[in-house]
Amino acid sequence: MTERLVEGLEARNLQLWRGDRCLFRQLDIVVGGGRLVHVQGRNGAGKTSLMRILCGLALPDAGEVLWRSRRIERVREEFHLAIAWLGHRDGLKQDLTALENLCFSNGLRRTCAARQARAALGEGGLDAVADLPVRVLSAGQRRRVAFARVQTSGAPLWLLDEPFANLDAASTSFIAGRLSAHLAEGGSIVLAAHRLPSGLTEHAAVPLDAA
Amino acid sequence: MPPELPTALRLLLLRDLRLAVRRWGQMATPLMFFAIVATLFPLALSPAMLQLREIAPGVLWVAALLSSLLALDALFRADLEDGSLEQLLLSPQPLPLLLLARTAAHWLMSAVPLIALAPLLAVALHLPAQALVTLMLALALGTPVLSLLGAIGAALTMGLHRGGALLALLVLPLAVPVLIFGARATDLAARGEDPAGPLFLLASLLFLALSLAPIAAAAALRVSLD
Repeated sequence: MTERLVEGLEARNLQLWRGDRCLFRQLDIVVGGGRLVHVQGRNGAGKTSLMRILCGLALPDAGEVLWRSRRIERVREEFHLAIAWLGHRDGLKQDLTALENLCFSNGLRRTCAARQARAALGEGGLDAVADLPVRVLSAGQRRRVAFARVQTSGAPLWLLDEPFANLDAASTSFIAGRLSAHLAEGGSIVLAAHRLPSGLTEHAAVPLDAA
Repeated sequence: MPPELPTALRLLLLRDLRLAVRRWGQMATPLMFFAIVATLFPLALSPAMLQLREIAPGVLWVAALLSSLLALDALFRADLEDGSLEQLLLSPQPLPLLLLARTAAHWLMSAVPLIALAPLLAVALHLPAQALVTLMLALALGTPVLSLLGAIGAALTMGLHRGGALLALLVLPLAVPVLIFGARATDLAARGEDPAGPLFLLASLLFLALSLAPIAAAAALRVSLD
């Protein structure tokens, strides 16, 4: 158990207020190899805020987020290399093609392989649109391109905020399958969603409604 | 292993240049603005040659300053809206250097055409031909400072509605030294005197901005996105 603590992401005693409303307090989360942590709650419960805190985009009012037992601000570059973030917004440039977007984002992380990016797009059923500007894709297609970016990032820890938004049943089950495969390979996932699609089982749940 | 830093910076620079080329209309607007503001002065004041020659350096520099502000407002806003800013902040490369590459791309696409256009407008304002080289040199030293200062301002104001006006309020006072030394160098050259002094001061401002502004802009971005 101690080893798992050291190896992954750990949040201690997080607290966040919005105005005079407390979204969560004394929240502890441990994410380690092969585990899926499900952040659940109704709209406005603070799922996105928590996810942004976990990846270091926002700061909590109290508490700390640790990567391998060190605060993430202190090991930013190492931490960023180990995570892939999929937020509400897809993080794609509208005027670049799907393939260019993938090659750019992953190129900042590791020596990029266009072939690998194209393969990931093909796997997601995006072969036909890989060379179209993202501007002309549908919301669901953009979401799948954004997911392909996560998939090819090479990061062991995926932080996904509502990855199933705008997706039809087939895409949802495709992504659920990829998530299971990532877990089976020893990767870990923090996933914020109202509920999980069938076929995915969480190892730990973080319910935000209780607070 | 993450790629070497130069590779990452080159990737970012090329991406931004490619985006700018695909959106060339956005790039042309500040340039047109520069040309129009500079031609408004002879219309409003007087087309008399002597008077224009007197005010030409100041007019060109004020127009360049305003046009660079116009271009800067959009530096981070689009990235914020499509979420690519979050991805940039979470990339495993040092953020200040990434921002330096972004600002460099922005400068290449907005200021370099402006520097190329400036002699044409200068001739229209009867600036003596001997001052043209100095004008371009001073603009080449001064406009990167404006871009770098603007990057800090754009990072601070990107989340605000109608942040453009606030950006001007934040950046214009800081840009005053650039304006003074730039216009002074051009003016000295127009009178046939040696413009080296203000040019050296502009160069030192550039090195100061190059070393400090990216760090400030990175900190401002993290705060703005929180």
